[in-house]
Amino acid sequence: MSSTAPPPVDLGKGSAGDERLLAVSPLRKLLGRPELGSVVGAVAVFVFFSVVADDFLQTSSLSTVLYAASTIGIMAVPVALLMIGGEFDLSAGVLVTTSALVSSMFSYQMTANVWVGVFVSLLVTLAVGAFNGMLLTLTKLPSFIITLGTFLMLTGLNLGFTKLITGRVSTDSISDMQGFDSAKKLFASELVIGDVTLKVTVLWWFGLVAVATWILLRTRFGNWIYAVGGNPDAARAVGVPVVRTRIGLYLGVAFAAWISGQHLLFSYDVVQSGEGVGNELIYIIAAVIGGCLITGGYGSAIGSAVGALIFGMTSKGIVYAEWNPDWFKFFLGAMLLLAALLNAWVRKRAEATR
Amino acid sequence: MARARTGVRAVGALLAAVLGASLVGCSSTGGKRAADARKAQAEAVGKAAVSTPRWTFAMVTHSGEGDTFWDIVQKGAKEASAKDNINFLYSKSDEGQQQAQLVQAAIDKKVDGLIVTLAKPDAMKDVVKKAVAAGIPVITINSGSAQSKEYGALTHIGQDETVAGEAVGTELNQRGKKKAVCVLHEQGNVGHEQRCSGAAKTFEGEMQNLYVDGTNMPDVQASIEAKLQTDKAIDAVVTLGAPFADTAVRAKETARSKAEIDTFDLNPKVAAGLKSGALGFAVDQQPYLQGYEAVDLLWLYRYNADMLGGGLPVLTGPQIVTQDQAAQLEDYTKRGTR
Repeated sequence: MSSTAPPPVDLGKGSAGDERLLAVSPLRKLLGRPELGSVVGAVAVFVFFSVVADDFLQTSSLSTVLYAASTIGIMAVPVALLMIGGEFDLSAGVLVTTSALVSSMFSYQMTANVWVGVFVSLLVTLAVGAFNGMLLTLTKLPSFIITLGTFLMLTGLNLGFTKLITGRVSTDSISDMQGFDSAKKLFASELVIGDVTLKVTVLWWFGLVAVATWILLRTRFGNWIYAVGGNPDAARAVGVPVVRTRIGLYLGVAFAAWISGQHLLFSYDVVQSGEGVGNELIYIIAAVIGGCLITGGYGSAIGSAVGALIFGMTSKGIVYAEWNPDWFKFFLGAMLLLAALLNAWVRKRAEATR
Repeated sequence: MARARTGVRAVGALLAAVLGASLVGCSSTGGKRAADARKAQAEAVGKAAVSTPRWTFAMVTHSGEGDTFWDIVQKGAKEASAKDNINFLYSKSDEGQQQAQLVQAAIDKKVDGLIVTLAKPDAMKDVVKKAVAAGIPVITINSGSAQSKEYGALTHIGQDETVAGEAVGTELNQRGKKKAVCVLHEQGNVGHEQRCSGAAKTFEGEMQNLYVDGTNMPDVQASIEAKLQTDKAIDAVVTLGAPFADTAVRAKETARSKAEIDTFDLNPKVAAGLKSGALGFAVDQQPYLQGYEAVDLLWLYRYNADMLGGGLPVLTGPQIVTQDQAAQLEDYTKRGTR
């Protein structure tokens, strides 16, 4: 900034000469939030199902919806961060299953305390995340291709190893082993508050959203994520550690996959090796409905949570409304397009009024 | 404007042409008209035959998208519901976690009866017990005969997959087969594994498993072709689902193999194939019965506290179907009830 002020431009309120120091009205601030479009959408979906489905507004139904949303939401948070950083992870869906399988089979085969398996599973999952991030850095290939490869390899490993180790396509039961009950408390318990049953995954989900939001808005690493996603070359030029940021993001996805996988294991005690395929797209859908841009550099963690909530409300709302489930995917697709259009429109409006 | 109008005119002319062509160029065979005529002949669904209150029954299955088998199960359930004055709800998911959530949603709705499949028994354990605890009568169908009682279900209706597989092995022996391939189209499906291991148990020849990707038909065909080309000694191929039998027949023709194609489950193509001799035999588990009986039994339970099975599963199969019964079954498969 030079000391001579530029000719006054009509900038609306509080024209201080530097647009970065403008006092922005709260409404403007709201319009600039990535998740605004999805919040409007979520309210619309909620009102819609409240009207068409009698049972939707019961406390028990709402806790079912929240649980459904949390199982998607836990993964949607780091996937959203990754997308803000301009990358994809198509292996996230099966990585959840991998995490559950490793944990269960390691404990069972080693006859170890269940917590040992849980810890080993964390290491393995993080290793897969690091593998994705390293490969991205080393090969310079698009992350879409790399994680597509990881996705296929993991799908095969899940089936192959399970069959090799247990002789079946699902794992052995570990519910009678030491540590199972305490691990179940952490990953798959229920809290009963009055007549509301809250699954512990909902707490994990809210916790992850809070942490991710704090990272994005209040830390240096958050700034790096936006910078790397917006323009990696420019970010590198001003000294942002691009490689470390990307690997960190993939580790984040791996960590959430570990939580989700442990939840699967301790809820159901036996893991089916073929599951998880296709969920990676649902995480991405939740992030996109929540305002993340496919091209990176824009989005929010709260948005991904709202996207997951919309997914939960739709998938269960259709059941409460007694509709034929054959139409669910159609609704999901239509909602994705509508949300993306709404987000784009809100973003344009927000930029135009700046 | 003028251009827009010619556009409208062109569309109008095109529509008229299509309509005219469809009126002139009628097909005297097949098509919807023939199907409607068949339907009119065999209309089983009518008004409710009972005067019990309108109860709501929910069915939650592990079916994937667009599965013919589950279509027939649903048909049976719907026709029984029409007779028994039942409001019938159906939902499905092939992910254990999602299926459990759907059962939870049915509990939230306070349904009067629940029908579930236990393909992923451990994922369904807690939620089925919860339904029983909430006072909802539960019947399990199709898969999970081993767990049904333990989880508190009233009875189980289905086919024991191991028994069905054993029946296939015995039938192959009778037909003098020496080397067979069992085609598994869904990796990770426990029931499929049981079918193939059951068949291998009673089959005196050599039985090999071939894993294919059931969601990708061309790939299934290529895999079976490759298998038949590499091993000319194979004289029987057993597919685990009706749609795959036809694919196996094509693969056999391309590979110029002499193998006999046999299959689990029925559909119109399988019935036609049995009739023409392209297929050896089919093992039917009568999905229509699984849906129909589940609804009817729940109705009986609510109306009269009746239950079938005496604590043992009610078996709907295996029923071996050969060329002799094919003609009769062809109509029923076209109707979508076999």
